[in-house]
Amino acid sequence: MRVVVQEQPFDIGAETTAFAAGHKEMGAIVTFTGIVRDLPDDPLQAMEIEHYPGMTEAALTEIAQIAIDRWTLGDALVIHRYGRLVPGEMIMMVATASKHRKDAFEAAEYLMDYLKSRAPFWKREITDIGESWVASKAEDEDALTRW
Amino acid sequence: MDILYFAWVRERIGIPREQVETSAATVADLVAELRLREERYELAFSDLTALRVAVDQKLADFDAPLDGVREVAFFPPMTGG
Repeated sequence: MRVVVQEQPFDIGAETTAFAAGHKEMGAIVTFTGIVRDLPDDPLQAMEIEHYPGMTEAALTEIAQIAIDRWTLGDALVIHRYGRLVPGEMIMMVATASKHRKDAFEAAEYLMDYLKSRAPFWKREITDIGESWVASKAEDEDALTRW
Repeated sequence: MDILYFAWVRERIGIPREQVETSAATVADLVAELRLREERYELAFSDLTALRVAVDQKLADFDAPLDGVREVAFFPPMTGG
């Protein structure tokens, strides 16, 4: 398992290739990437992501370990950025490796659902109109109930 | 004990962290103490349903005990991903 919390961009191609290379016995690699999305009515200048150093790494490691155990993954990767990002930039990625694709897909969804509302990150949107903290969504909390 | 604040909680209180001497038995008791301090604390802690708490860097409930705890953090619901 690898968990990375960093300010700088990551290379999704290099990360995915390196992740896949280590797992000959795994037939499926699933990756998900989150992108800073522009706002249709109020163009986004930037998104600032704050986090809780120490707890962030611990929380992501715990979530990834649960996924590895539950879906018998060969490996899992979580990269999440913080700091100031502009629309189109990659915020984060997860990758999962399993023998067959179903486990890798499900585990990736589980990782995403949990790190959306259980990893200590907070997003702030900066637009021409002003700045505001992104509110959590009830649907993100609801998403956890299916696991 | 170190108290940390994140996102709009940090903004309302005006500082990212502070050290407090407290004999509060639980997180809720600590919140009650902080609210009495100044209006900015009262403002930040006025609606506990809008807040989450971590005790020694693990998510916890407001009735969590503080015996032996070194670090408590207050923040809004998380928005990762």
